[in-house]
Amino acid sequence: MTDIRVLVGTRKGAFVLTSDGKRERWKVAGPHFGGWEIYHLKGSPIDPSRIYASQSSAWFGQLIPRSDDGGKTWAPVGNRFEYEGAPGTHQWYDGTPRPWTFKRVWHLEPSLTDPDRVLAGVEDAGLFHSRDGGQTWQELAGLRSQQGSHWQPGAGGMCLHTILLDPANPRRMFTAISAAGAFRTDDGGSTWQPINRGLRSEFMPDPTAEVGHCVHRMAMHPSRPGVLFMQKHWDVMRSDDAGQSWREVSGNLPSDFGFAIEVHAHEPDTIYVAPIKSDTEHYPPEGKLRVYRSRTGGHEWEALIKGLPQRYCYVNVLRDAMAVDSLDPCGVYFGTTGGQLYASADAGDSWRAILRDLPAVLSIEVQTLP
Amino acid sequence: MIRIVLPSLLRALARVGPEIELAVDGPVTLSSVLDSLEARYPMLRGTIRDQATRQRRPLIRFFACAEDLSREPPDAPLPDAVAKGTEPLLIVAAIAGG
Repeated sequence: MTDIRVLVGTRKGAFVLTSDGKRERWKVAGPHFGGWEIYHLKGSPIDPSRIYASQSSAWFGQLIPRSDDGGKTWAPVGNRFEYEGAPGTHQWYDGTPRPWTFKRVWHLEPSLTDPDRVLAGVEDAGLFHSRDGGQTWQELAGLRSQQGSHWQPGAGGMCLHTILLDPANPRRMFTAISAAGAFRTDDGGSTWQPINRGLRSEFMPDPTAEVGHCVHRMAMHPSRPGVLFMQKHWDVMRSDDAGQSWREVSGNLPSDFGFAIEVHAHEPDTIYVAPIKSDTEHYPPEGKLRVYRSRTGGHEWEALIKGLPQRYCYVNVLRDAMAVDSLDPCGVYFGTTGGQLYASADAGDSWRAILRDLPAVLSIEVQTLP
Repeated sequence: MIRIVLPSLLRALARVGPEIELAVDGPVTLSSVLDSLEARYPMLRGTIRDQATRQRRPLIRFFACAEDLSREPPDAPLPDAVAKGTEPLLIVAAIAGG
């Protein structure tokens, strides 16, 4: 029978949850790396026992632990992230130049075909890859040549947080950076182009500039890699041409600010967001925690509230803290900054908290195990 | 033998107890002690000093014999009591909340 494994990164450690396909009873292991910030964990799609994690600390820097047994045991691999060449400067919040400085890994994206290959999106924004299971890392520096001197940090830091691999075209991938925007490569990462046409960001001197947009998250269904969904700082956006152009699909959402966005495992036009009131009030509108689902690829949204708190709820759902499994019906999971881990085994119709008292949840990934 | 006391998270990372004893070849300096420490416990590389610049991480301090050695040159000799093993080198993480 199929099992589900949920990888939870939190502000003070990692947790690994497992359940059978019913998704009713969960076994919880952890905290692993207690006391460390775990920005992200992700397993290899072709070897689910191989899991990479980002373990970091303001005091002690970055480590990359790797598990080869599905998260039971871990050993650190390489943690040397050095930008290629002279790293140059980006903009600080006040517009002054700041040297590029490595701070942490926000997101790890294992290859679709080789468990020893993995990408890392880092702060200050850059993309690194490893071909030896994480032992050594090299930067794909062509990305930063896309007007990197004009990029600037969002409130959470200048982070590369989204890496989407095109299953139909191994040379193509998408990344997103706060606050620089979205980028695409069609040659395996050597050269990149900004893909931000149609985005509008009022905080910028030129609201439609080619770079500088605060993209919070992007998502794609693997069967339709030319269609991208984006939760921007404000606005939920959609592209039907691999990012060449974007249109807004916020529709009837109570707020189009938010961080997380995810696609249903079997319905490429069913998408989920967790609206947040505003960029200064990082909590749900009206104190009601609601996931919104669109079955039409945007524009028309329905509130999913069954099992979620509908008063006095002032948590946030961070950008990497929502994921789906690939069972039928599709399971949807999200974590909050209040430490709740919510799960739905019916595509979002109803929810329950698997755990309620974790440290602030930074990321969720789900593995559907054979 | 040189005695070293690590912050608790690094003890857990290196799977060691409250104090480590290390043999250090040649002059006993911050640099040589950290070289020996990282050679024996490679998982500590990058956690105390930057791997490329070898600069002390900003929220790490070094103390010994009731002195703050954090700003001493990395190749300056450590106090005799540290070199003889009668006093430990304390690697301290800033008390900075979180």
